[in-house]
Parts: sequence; C-alpha cells; structure tokens
Amino acid sequence: MKQIRNFSIIAHIDHGKSTLADRMIQATGLVETRDFRDQLLDTMDIERERGITIKSQAITLPYVDSEGQEYALNLIDTPGHVDFSYEVSRALASCEGVLLLVDAAQGVEAQTMANLFAAMEHDLEIIPVINKIDLISADIEQTKEQIEMDLGLDSDLAILCSAKEGTGIDDVLAAIVKQIPPPEGNAEDPLKAVIFDAHYDPFRGTIVSCRVFSGSVRPGDTIQLMYNNATYRVEEVGIFRLAREPKKFLSAGEVGYIISGIKTVSDTRIGDTITLKNNPAPEPLPGFKEVKPVVFASIYPVASDEYRSLVDALEKYKLNDASLVYQKDSSAALGLGFRCGFLGLLHLEIVQERLEREFDQSLIMTSPTVQYRFELTNGDEITVDNPIYYPDPVTISKAFEPYIRASIMIPERYMGAVMELCLERRGTNSQFSYPSTGRIEIQFDLPLAEVIYDFYDKLKTVTQGYGSFDYDLLDYRESDLVKLDILLNGEKVDALCQIVFKEGARTRALNACNRLKEEIPRHMFKIAIQGAIGGTIIARATVNAFRKDVTAKCYGGDITRKRKLLEKQKKGKKRMKMVGSVTVPQSAFIAILRSDDK
Amino acid sequence: MLPGLYVHVPFCRSKCPYCGFYSIASSTPVERWLDGLKREILYHKDRFGQFDTLYVGGGTPSFLSTKVLEKVMASLFDHFHLTSNAEITIEANPGDIKPSKATALKMLGFNRVNLGVQSFNDDVLKFLGRKHSAEKAEKAIEYLRSADFKNIGLDFIYGLKAQSMKVWINTLHRALAFQPEHLSCYQLTLEKGTIFDRLSHEGNRVILPEKTAAAHFLATSTFLESKGYSHYEVSNFARDERFEAHHNRKYWQHVPYLGLGPSAHSFDGKKRWWNVRSVKKYGDALKKGQLPIEGSEMLTKEQLHLESLALGFRTRKGVDLEYLTRLPTSKEVLLMLQQRGLLKIDKGRAVPTRRGYLLADSLPLCFST
Repeated sequence: MKQIRNFSIIAHIDHGKSTLADRMIQATGLVETRDFRDQLLDTMDIERERGITIKSQAITLPYVDSEGQEYALNLIDTPGHVDFSYEVSRALASCEGVLLLVDAAQGVEAQTMANLFAAMEHDLEIIPVINKIDLISADIEQTKEQIEMDLGLDSDLAILCSAKEGTGIDDVLAAIVKQIPPPEGNAEDPLKAVIFDAHYDPFRGTIVSCRVFSGSVRPGDTIQLMYNNATYRVEEVGIFRLAREPKKFLSAGEVGYIISGIKTVSDTRIGDTITLKNNPAPEPLPGFKEVKPVVFASIYPVASDEYRSLVDALEKYKLNDASLVYQKDSSAALGLGFRCGFLGLLHLEIVQERLEREFDQSLIMTSPTVQYRFELTNGDEITVDNPIYYPDPVTISKAFEPYIRASIMIPERYMGAVMELCLERRGTNSQFSYPSTGRIEIQFDLPLAEVIYDFYDKLKTVTQGYGSFDYDLLDYRESDLVKLDILLNGEKVDALCQIVFKEGARTRALNACNRLKEEIPRHMFKIAIQGAIGGTIIARATVNAFRKDVTAKCYGGDITRKRKLLEKQKKGKKRMKMVGSVTVPQSAFIAILRSDDK
Repeated sequence: MLPGLYVHVPFCRSKCPYCGFYSIASSTPVERWLDGLKREILYHKDRFGQFDTLYVGGGTPSFLSTKVLEKVMASLFDHFHLTSNAEITIEANPGDIKPSKATALKMLGFNRVNLGVQSFNDDVLKFLGRKHSAEKAEKAIEYLRSADFKNIGLDFIYGLKAQSMKVWINTLHRALAFQPEHLSCYQLTLEKGTIFDRLSHEGNRVILPEKTAAAHFLATSTFLESKGYSHYEVSNFARDERFEAHHNRKYWQHVPYLGLGPSAHSFDGKKRWWNVRSVKKYGDALKKGQLPIEGSEMLTKEQLHLESLALGFRTRKGVDLEYLTRLPTSKEVLLMLQQRGLLKIDKGRAVPTRRGYLLADSLPLCFST
C-alpha cells in the first residue's frame, strides 16, 4: 500500500488539466508517443469539443522513482461543473491528494478557489502546480504570490511545468510520490469500497469504478451494495490502464473496477459502499446521498412517427447515465414524449446533445422548469414539475418553490454588478466574506427557478468570466405563483406554458412573446403571439406573413443569386414542429426563458 | 433534354431606370465584344453536342446592326449544332424594328422574337424611360407578323405606382389584339443600383404597395387565363403549350445551358459559372486565351434540391411530391397549404394555385432542409 498514490487534478477550465493528464500518461510510458491522441481521458466527443469532463475516469500510472522504487499512481479525473458537484465530491473522497493547477498567465481564478475548498473539505494534500510557464505572458512570481496570498498555500512547494511543452512533468510525478500520503486501511478488515463512477459496456454490463478503503475483493466473491442490499457475484476485478487490466484482487488503498453482472448503471449509486455479503462492513462509508433531479423538461420527437425510436434511444442512453430520470408524457401541441429530470442545465444539454449525436434523434425540448409544491384547499399536497399540470388556481391555498444557497466568488470590483443581478433574481439573505484580499464571496438565497437557464451565463458576462458559481439546495419556500399561458393564433400551446412568480409575470410574458417573435419564422399568414394569465391577455407580439410579391425573375440563368437569398432566409430552420398551423422551431421552446439582452 | 445556348448582348440605346441587367448605353465597344464572343465560341465549339434553343438576349440585341448580327449568327452556326426545329429567339426593342430589320432577323434564322413592349400607355412608357411610343410598338408587331414571325412574345411591366389597374388591363387588352403567342408580365422589382431603387430609397413610391401589387397579379392571371392563355410560370403566359418559352424552361428545370458574352451564366448539371460583367475584361481575357469566368460553384445535393423547389413552385408543373417529404413537418405543412388553397396535388406533384404563385418565393422555405 505504501507504493500507491491516489490523486486528482483540479483546475479552472482551460488551465490545462487534460493536457497535463496526457503528459503524465505519456511520461509513465503507458502509451507510445506515436499512438497518442490528445486528451485521452475525455473520451466522449462532447467532452473534447467543450473542453469539459462529464464523467469521472480513472487511470493507473506505473511510476518508478529515482531510487528504482515502483509505484502505482491512480489519477481520478473529475467533472468540472456544479451540476456534477456530488460526483466530484465522491471522486475527491477517493483520493489522498490533489494537484491544483494554475495557469501562469491567468493566475488564480475564482473556480480554482471553489475547487480548492472542495479539496480542503476532504482534507487532501494539495500540491500547487504552475502550468503554461512557456507562455510569453507567463508571470511566475505573480502567480506564486497569489498562491501564497489568495490560496494560503506554500508557494515554495509549487512545481513549475508546461504540459504543452512537456517540461516539469517528472517533477510533478516526483512530488505526487513525495508529498501525497499513501492510502491507509486494512486489507484484513471487512470490504469497504466506494463507487465513484459506473459506466455501461454492452458486452460486460455495468463496470463499477471504485476505491477500496478496507478489505479486498476478488472474482467469485459475492458483493453487496449497501444502499439497497442487492448482491452480485464478482466476475472480474482489475485496474484501469488505457484499457481494463484484470487483476487477481483489489485490496485496501487501490483504485480499480469491478464487473459483477450488474445490468444497468441505474442499479448502482455513486457514493454507495460495496461490501461482501458474508463478511459485511458494519456501516457504509460516509457521504452517500441519493442524487435527485432538480431541473425538468419534456422531450418530443420532431416527427411523431419517431416516438418508438426515441423510446429505444432513451433506454439505451439510460444504461450509462443513472442521473437521468424520465417518464412518459404527452402534450396536445407536441404529441407523445417524455418528461425528464436532470441534475442541472449542463446535464440537460448533455443529454440532449448525446441523444441527438450518438443516438441520431431529432428532438424538441421544452423550456426547463423546477419542481413546485402546492397545498390545496382540500388539504392535499401535490408536486408539479410540469407546468401543464398546474392545479386550478381556486384550489390552491399555498404555493412553494425550491430555493438554493448560491455561493458566488468574484474579484471585488464586480460586487455591484453581481449584487444587482442577484437582487433582480429575487435574491435574499445576502452574506459576504473576504477569503483573501481583493476577492469576495457573496452568498444569496435564490429561487432555483431564477437560476435555471441563463443565470450562469449572465454571471459570467457581468464578471467578465471571473465569477464562479456553486449552489446547494436549501428548501421549499412559500411563493406567489401563476401560470403563464402562451397562445399562437388564439390557441393555447401547452408546451410553451410556464409557472412564474406573479409579480414579474407581465415582464416575463412580454419577454416570452418577443422571443417567440424572433424565433418563429414568417408564415403564409399573420401569427398572433399572446401571453395570458387565466383568461386575461397581458402581452402580445405579431409575426408578419410572407410578402406576397413575385419578385426577381429567374431569367438569364442567374439562379445562384435567388438561391443564396433563400439560403439566407432558411438558416437554422432545420428542426421545426407543427403546433396547430404554426411551424415552431426547436429553439423557440427554450428561447422563452432567455432574458432580454443576450 | 438537350442543352440551351445563350448569348448576352450588353448594349442599349439608353439605360432604363428599372433594369439591373448588365448593359452599356453605347455602341463603341461592339467590336471588342464581337471579337471576344468569336473567341469564346471557338473555345467551346467542340465541347458540346446539339442545342435545341438559342436565345440572344441582353441588353438590346436588336440595337446591333444587321451586319454585326450576321457575324454573330454565322459564328454560332459554324461552330455549334442546333437541331432543325430549334427555338431561336432574339430580344428586340420596338424602336429598332423596321420592316427591313424584321425581314433581316427572319433571314438570319430567328424564329421567335421577344419584344420589349413594356406598356401600351405612353405616360407609363415615359415613366419607364422607354424611347418608343405605344403606336410604335404596335407597328413593330405588325412588321414582325409581315415578316412571317409565327412566334412572338411580348414583355410587359406592371405593379408600378404610376399605372392603375385600369391602365394595366387596357395594355393587356391592346396586346391581345395581336394574338401574341407568348406574354411575359413582370412585376416591377427594385434591382440594386438602378435609378428606381435610388428613387425609392429617397422616399418616392415607385412600386405598388404589397396588397395592391398582389391584386394586380391576381387580376393579370385571371384576365389572361379567361382569354385562353395558360399561366405556366409566375410571370409567363402562353397561348398554348407549344409556345411556352423553351429556352427559359431550361433554367427552371436544371437543364444545362451555355451562356456566352459578358455576365452570362452557364450550367452543366452540377456546376454553374458566370462571366465577368465588363466588356473590356471580357475581351482582354479572351485575347489572352483565358476564359472570362468571374466565378463558379459546384451545386451540392442540398442546393440542387432547394433550387428545384424554388424554380418548381414558380411553374404550373410544380414540384414532385417526393421532393417535399424531406422534413418531418412536410406532410402537415403540405396539408395546411392545400387547405388554404395555395397548393394542389396533381399527378404526384404539388402545384401552386394562382394564389400560391404569390407566395412562390416563400414556399421553398416550408420544405427545404
């Protein structure tokens, strides 16, 4: 066990996390340079494109130090977004140390701090690494000072490297061995292994990624998942190289995988403890919680005869994403579809994008909403995550909406702008703290509904990218809610209705109408867009009909010009859905939530 | 279908305030143009088989002297093969058509004349900047008939603010007295860089407002169809199917065509290319042994599809239904358009109705991916 080190890398986006991971993999000789492709650990296209990590991944790097001692360095790569903060916490709980990567040119940024706190909470050894020292704009002294002053870390321990150039990588590896403590735990104790990820393999079923804290596990053992007491017979255990490498057993301190005939990823829970059936641990490892969806939206196939294909796609998708929940749904406007629950908006986008790309689905997604609670006059209490099922207003005695505690970390100069944004979004109970000179942490209680969709984007805009945002769900609080209906040419479109805060309803309605006006193309006829509460129209906008003129003769063979005109007009009209007699593009369903200026 | 041949004659007596086609109001560079044209013909001579249409357009081809026209036709006939029953059209200005010119055109091999009458109302003609009078136009038609032209097309412009519905229908009425085989009625559009375009930007109303223009369009169609003409393309009417403009139809059906002369467009089924606009550049390039091509594009499948829709919806032939099923919403949209009386289904094709023609330029947007 002394020869094992478990660590993760935390960094601000673009500070070079994936590149550093790549270089370490190369330096340890796990992959020949000629077989190398960038960002080995981000395996999904969507991860490479967006430069984000969605799923946790692990890899065991063989390392030999200067004295010839062999080590196994387990790198656990974590997602970098608040939607997945629970996954991150489980991955960090599986480590003894982290590399804190700081860009020598950008210096310490807000997200770096949020990540640092997460590592500190888990009492991990932190090694500061200053990356991108090859850049002309690199300011190593300044960065060191920030590490000392802002992060409170010993900057003398900071390692200088350029992942891009491959310099300093050996120093990083040496520091991991020297500074991060080896794992503790007794291989003779009952088995305790924490699940930090699971993914689906069509041939082997669910591959569980775990960190063994005590005891050991080998093929033939019967394991028990402590969350639901389900038992499985272990078929294979092993460690992650670039592919899976089977081992005779995994024991305390090790990071690896277990294959045991678990059918789908949904049968496992991240953070759950695995033990042995006939020698169970007395209690699970701490920190487990069941992840619940907080954002809801419906998806429909663009063509109604593709419903079957969407059913199949969702079933297959679900094999690999336990956090997505869905159930059948139907809309008068959009036909048969599914109501889905997501961890957050990034998760929602990822699900949508993967269904479209990997499963070739053409989807309409409605605007996301939170789950509301209503106390009815007859004493019943109901929850509503789909505005279509907003109860009859006369039967409502009290309405509640979910609140979050938002933590926003920014350089002090943006305080005014961020305060304004939070107050505009019904923020209350503000608190401030100054973790270091020039930086401020603002905390606010905010309705979750005000945060979904574009809060994060707005925050980034007003703070020029320096704002980091994290949140915890608080509770449900009483609120004054109404249902805002949207009508197209006099007909209510159920898929466009929203539950909104009463006081801001008019603004929201006007905003939604104007957004729709931008999104809905011209038709053969005029389209009236109306926002209504109950029977009262409170906002309206109009899409004019196509011009009725027979223009530009197609004469002399210059058809190119005419076509180019059409191409310009039809841009972005690929995904449309008929709602009554109006063709509505996919973008419209989401656009109604976007606030005024982009 | 066999390909078509087009020759662009970029000369006019004067520039009309509405016309956006390339032309110069001078005959000075005719020699340079002719020299270039002959070279261009020589370049293409062995690259094509038979053509079954030839269209000499412009500009004003009738502005050329009979001598120059003779050289043009001789060079074309020497180096290209035209079928024996080919449609050979020349565009002419009424002011240029004297009895001798009419006979000469017939002798040169033309069997169809497209006469730019534009209006039979002198005030309207003046507004349009035309140099001829209504009477002169009538005379020109008579001369052409006397020279034994059995296929005459008349061009008109409507939809101008200065022309009431009454004046417009009266113009059509006078046209029908000559039993023209073909009528082109173009709604006035503002082309960039024209005088009308400038006037309009300065706040003058040149064209009719949308609603009135639409009414004029529908009236034109109703009136001419009641007189036995078929409204076979948004702007075109034929006395019967034989007289539909064969050459223009190639543009609308993606049949290849070769365009010669400055600013002429060519298409080989996949690739489209177009010549430089200036006579000088045109002549210089050919003199150096280069093609005077200004630009070209290879049409992708999607572009061909979009064009087929754009062109098809402008004609009575319509669009093959199979072309319309590419979008998930197509079926519903098609049904809705039928219910609104804008399209009808005829022998497996979606055909625009008279009211559908008004929206011809927007219909492709409902079906294109």
